[in-house]
Amino acid sequence: MADPMRIRAQAAGDKTTVRVLMAHEMESGQRKDSAGKTIPAWHISEVSASLNGKVVMTAEWGPSVSKNPFLQFTIKGAKAGDKVAVNWTDNKGDKRTDEATVS
Amino acid sequence: MIANRRELLKGGAMVASLMLAAGVLGPAAHAAGAAAGKGAFDAKSLADLVKALGYGTPAESKDVSITAPDIAENGAVVPLGVATTLGNVKQVMLLVEKNPSVLAALFNVSPEIDANFSTRVKMGQSSNVFAVAVTEDNKVFFAQKEVKVTLGGCGG
Repeated sequence: MADPMRIRAQAAGDKTTVRVLMAHEMESGQRKDSAGKTIPAWHISEVSASLNGKVVMTAEWGPSVSKNPFLQFTIKGAKAGDKVAVNWTDNKGDKRTDEATVS
Repeated sequence: MIANRRELLKGGAMVASLMLAAGVLGPAAHAAGAAAGKGAFDAKSLADLVKALGYGTPAESKDVSITAPDIAENGAVVPLGVATTLGNVKQVMLLVEKNPSVLAALFNVSPEIDANFSTRVKMGQSSNVFAVAVTEDNKVFFAQKEVKVTLGGCGG
């Protein structure tokens, strides 16, 4: 539904650094539109990452995370060719999954 | 009386962590995570947050490090990083003290990843930022840093 995430996973020794850039408005629920009505909160609420199908990281985000969120984390023991998938769910129930291969 | 409350919170935390295992690690069938369900994102301070999640009293620690700019030129995108050298860390959190929503992000650590995360957050004003690590036995350690935000509204 939304634009694809950009995922980069680079292995250095036995650690793989994964950088993800997600496309999402991340409305905090604090802004008001021109008519003075508060724009409702719309943000990614859960993120999970899996390595070759096994979940290795989960996160919960609040409205403070910036628009088009950036996330960086490190996986131990992944190697080139492994598949890293990142999945997010927002507070309206929309979700998106994208995958990248460790290089 | 205090002992009873602690038991209550501990019981609540156990049930919630079972829910976490069942819910969040599955294909995310619901829109609210376990910590969110406990009101973690409504907490207005670190103390409220650890109480909501049923953890012990936070203690400042040199083993938790927070990476943040001294001055953030754009309050909409402030890069924050949290890392810890503590063992047995199960959760890591980022808090922005003066934000309406104090808890910015919460990361669950598994044995396959480092307890080391970076992301970008919105900061409404200059504020203390906390990096918090929670160990398997619910002990809470944190580091804090003041980040000044120059929104540039009044001509810098």
